[in-house]
Amino acid sequence: MTAHQTFRRQASHVIVHADALAVRHGLASLFAQEPLNCLSDDLRGTAEIVMAEVLNNIVEHAYAAQSGAIEVSIDLGENGLECAITDNGAPMPSSDLPKGKPYALDQMDDLPEGGFGWFLIRSLAQDLQYSRFRDQNFLRFRLPAHALVS
Amino acid sequence: MKVVVQQLGDALVIRVDQDRIDAASAIQFKDQMRQLTQSGTPRVVLDLAQVAFIDSSGLGAIVAAMKGLGSTQKLELSGLTDTVKKVFRLTRMDTVFTIHSDLPVNLAKAG
Repeated sequence: MTAHQTFRRQASHVIVHADALAVRHGLASLFAQEPLNCLSDDLRGTAEIVMAEVLNNIVEHAYAAQSGAIEVSIDLGENGLECAITDNGAPMPSSDLPKGKPYALDQMDDLPEGGFGWFLIRSLAQDLQYSRFRDQNFLRFRLPAHALVS
Repeated sequence: MKVVVQQLGDALVIRVDQDRIDAASAIQFKDQMRQLTQSGTPRVVLDLAQVAFIDSSGLGAIVAAMKGLGSTQKLELSGLTDTVKKVFRLTRMDTVFTIHSDLPVNLAKAG
């Protein structure tokens, strides 16, 4: 048993079909089971924002031209929630994660109506890692869960 | 998307009667907002007190609703719950909208 596994206490695993309504139901299922159902309201909100943005991005981009499944695994580890998301859709453009840069808000007529997703993910998730292997996308990141890990 | 519309004083109050505005409902919400505000009511208050969660598509739909208003119209927000507030704060959209913690008292009385 590795050091990581020693600290593993709770894990959840769901497979979500790549469409917006299935994502809504998948999130409801994830947040109804351990470890996400044990989070404080604040951390739960943070986790739901990140998970929703990650899954919606996969539906809208990786699976823009095809249907498929998204596999979500969440483990409560020593340093928070270890999240792993896998899909069989198209790779990230230029094989890297979008920057999620802040945008100008001073032009009322020209306010952005999109592009917030990666900005939110990068604001709230830690240790984001993306890799592509055998036609699959792998995204890993960590979410805070201080209230749970003493 | 269920919304409840009420004229309170000088404001058209649109209450979203759903617990989320997300990618699955954003387009429908945007269309509803366009229909409800096209009469040209100068003051529109979007009551989000029932909405526990919003994603970036939902946020984009609210921004689109504001941008779709005529030059004499204004969109204000009311009753943001904690997670919704967090999305507005992180994206700095809280600096763009007039946000009331609750429906403005004069509106509630006028109803």
